[in-house]
Amino acid sequence: MTAPARSVERGAARSAWRPAFLQRAPVRFAVIAICVLWTLPTLGLFVTSFRNPRDITVTGWWEALLQPFREGQWTLSNYNLVLGTEGMSDAFLNSLIVTIPATVIPITIAAFAAYAFAWIKFPGRSVLFALVVGLLVVPLQMSLIPILRLYSDAGLYGTFLGIWLAHTAFGLPLAIYLLYNFISQLPRDLFESAAIDGATHFQTFMRIVLPLSVPALGAFAIFQFLWVWNDLLVALVFLGVGAEQRVMPAALYQLVGSRGEQWHILTAGAFLTMILPLTVFLVLQRAFVRGILAGSVK
Amino acid sequence: MADAENARERETTFSRFLLPVLGVLGIVIILVGVRLLADPRAGQNILASIYDLIGNSEGAEALRRGLGDVLLAKIVLAVVALAIGVGGVWMLYSGVSALVGLLNPGLQQRIIPWVFIVPALLLVGIYLVYPTIATILASFTDGTGGDFLRHYRDITAGPFLLIFRNNLIWLIVGTLGSVGLGLLIAGLVDRVRREALAKTFIFLPLAISLVGASVIWRFVYQWRPEGQPQYGLLNAVWTAFGGDPVPWTSTPPGNTFALIVIMIWLQTGFAMVVLSAAIKGVSVEVIEAARLDGANERQTFFQVIVPIIKGSIITVATTIAIVVLKIFDIVYVMTGGRNETDVVANRMFLEMFQFFNDGRAAALATVLFLAVLPIMIINVRNLRRQGIGA
Repeated sequence: MTAPARSVERGAARSAWRPAFLQRAPVRFAVIAICVLWTLPTLGLFVTSFRNPRDITVTGWWEALLQPFREGQWTLSNYNLVLGTEGMSDAFLNSLIVTIPATVIPITIAAFAAYAFAWIKFPGRSVLFALVVGLLVVPLQMSLIPILRLYSDAGLYGTFLGIWLAHTAFGLPLAIYLLYNFISQLPRDLFESAAIDGATHFQTFMRIVLPLSVPALGAFAIFQFLWVWNDLLVALVFLGVGAEQRVMPAALYQLVGSRGEQWHILTAGAFLTMILPLTVFLVLQRAFVRGILAGSVK
Repeated sequence: MADAENARERETTFSRFLLPVLGVLGIVIILVGVRLLADPRAGQNILASIYDLIGNSEGAEALRRGLGDVLLAKIVLAVVALAIGVGGVWMLYSGVSALVGLLNPGLQQRIIPWVFIVPALLLVGIYLVYPTIATILASFTDGTGGDFLRHYRDITAGPFLLIFRNNLIWLIVGTLGSVGLGLLIAGLVDRVRREALAKTFIFLPLAISLVGASVIWRFVYQWRPEGQPQYGLLNAVWTAFGGDPVPWTSTPPGNTFALIVIMIWLQTGFAMVVLSAAIKGVSVEVIEAARLDGANERQTFFQVIVPIIKGSIITVATTIAIVVLKIFDIVYVMTGGRNETDVVANRMFLEMFQFFNDGRAAALATVLFLAVLPIMIINVRNLRRQGIGA
C-alpha cells in the first residue's frame, strides 16, 4: 500500500477545482457503506458463534448487538462443543500437519528449480521451463482420477504423505514461475563474483539466492499456506473424511451436512476454521499484497 | 591471516567429507520416512515404537489396537512429519550436491542443474503431465470399446446442458461482477484518507476458505416460513421492506446468482488490490493534462485511467475467470448441485464418487481444461505485452 500522504495529495490534485468537502463527502460515504456491506456477513457469523443457542433462532444477531449487556446472552459453550464432541480440535491439528509441510516442501523444491532455470546453463533449459510453467493451464481436476487410482494402488490414499505430495506438485508451476521471475532479476555481478570465489552452485544458492529472495519466498509461502489450509477438493479426494485425518474444511463441510440448522455449532465451527488464516493474513498483509502483485502484474 | 586460512580449511573439510555423509543420511531418512508415513496410522505406530523403547509395553499394545493416547500419537506424527518433510528435503538437496561435489569439475557442472530441477520435474511429471494424458485418454475410452465419443455424447445431452449454462453464467457474472466492483472500489478508495484500512475490509474475505464463506452466506440467506422470526440477514431486510421471505438458495434461477454473490464477495478484494496498485502507477501529469482538457472526474477515470491500466484489468479478469470456471466448493457446500445450480466441477466430483462413472468425469475434466486453455493464453499474451514473464 502506498503512503496515505500520497493518495491525499493525488485526491487534492484531482479535486482542486471543486470545493473539497462537496467532492469528498459522497466518496467517503460510499467507501464506508461498501466496507460495512463487506463486513456484515462475517460479523454476523462471529457474533452468532458467541450467542446462547436458544436465542439464535429467535432474534437476529443484530438485535443482540443492540442490547449487548443482557444477562446470559453470551457464551463460550458453542466453542467447547465444537472443539470437543464435534472433533474440530483434531481437525485443527490435522490441518496443521497437512499445511506446514505442504507449504515448505514446494517452496524448497521450487526455489532450487527456479535458480537452476535462471542461472545455470544446461541443455533443454528453456524447453523444460516452458513446459513447467505451461502446466499452469492444467486444472487440478485433470489430475484427480489418475492420481486417486495411483494412490489406491500404492496405499497412499488417506495418508498425510499423499496429500503433501499432491499439494506440492499442484503448487509447483506457480511457485517456479513466481520465484523464477524474482530470482532471474537478481544482479548478474553477484553470481559472477561468487563463481570467481569458487563457490559451488549449492553454496551460491544458500548464501546469495535464498537470503535475497526472502520477500518472494515469503509471499509465495503465504499464498500456498492459505490455499492449502482452505482447500476442500484435494482434501476430500485424497484424504477423505475419516475422523483420523480429515482437515478443517472437510470437517466444516460435514457439520453443514449433519448440523445444517444448528447455527451455534456451525458458526463456531466456521469461525474456528478461519482464525488461523485471518491472523496470518492480517499480520502479513503487506507481504501478501506484494505476492499478489508479483503473481499478477509484476 | 592464518586463522582465516584455518577456518577455510575446516570449512572445506566439512563440506568435503561431512556433507556427503549427511547427504546419504538424508536420502536414507527420506526413504524410511516415506515408508513410515505412507501408513494412515503412522502416528500410532511411531508412538508405539517409542513406548516399546522406553518399556511401556501396555501403552504400545493399546495404541496398536487403536486405543490409547491418540492425541499424543498425532502430535508425535506432526513432529516426525515436519522433521522428515521439511528437514529431509533440505538434507536431500545439500547431501546430493555434496555427493556430486566429489566428482570431477566437468562432470559436476553437467550434473548439478539436474540435481536442482529433477525433483520438481518428477513431481509435475507424475502429478500433472501423466494425469492430463491419462484423463484425456480415459475421456475417449468406452468400456466396451469402439465408441470413442460416448462420454462426450452423454455430457452434451439432457441435464448437462443446464450445467454448462450455469458455468457460463458463473463465468460472465462472476468475472464481470468481481472486476467491475474491484475497479470501482479501487477508484473510490484512492481518494479517501484511511485507504489502507478501507482496503483491509474489502480484502479480508480473500483469507476465508470457500467452505467458510459458504457457511457465512448460508446464514445470510437463511430462510424461515412466513410468520416465524427471520434471523437470516437478507430475509430480515427483505421482509422489513414488506417482501415475503424468500428461500434464496433453493429458488431457481435466482439461486445461482445467490451463489455467485459469494464468489464476488471473495474475489473483489483481489481485483481491487491489483487495480488500485495499477491506478497509483498512472502518472499525475497524465491526469492533470486530462483535467486541463476539461475532463470531469468520471471522464478522467473511465477515458484516461482505465485505458492506461487495461493490461492490469485483463490480468485480473483472466485470473478470476479461471478461478470461477473451476468453481466447486461453493456449489458443493451450499446446494450440492441441487435445484438447478449444478456446475461442471461439482458434477465431475459427483460422477467420481456418487455415480462411479470415471469416464464421464474424465470428459467433464477435459471440457474444463479446454475452457481454461484460451483464457490462459490471453493471460500469457497480455503479460508478455507488458514485458513480464518468460
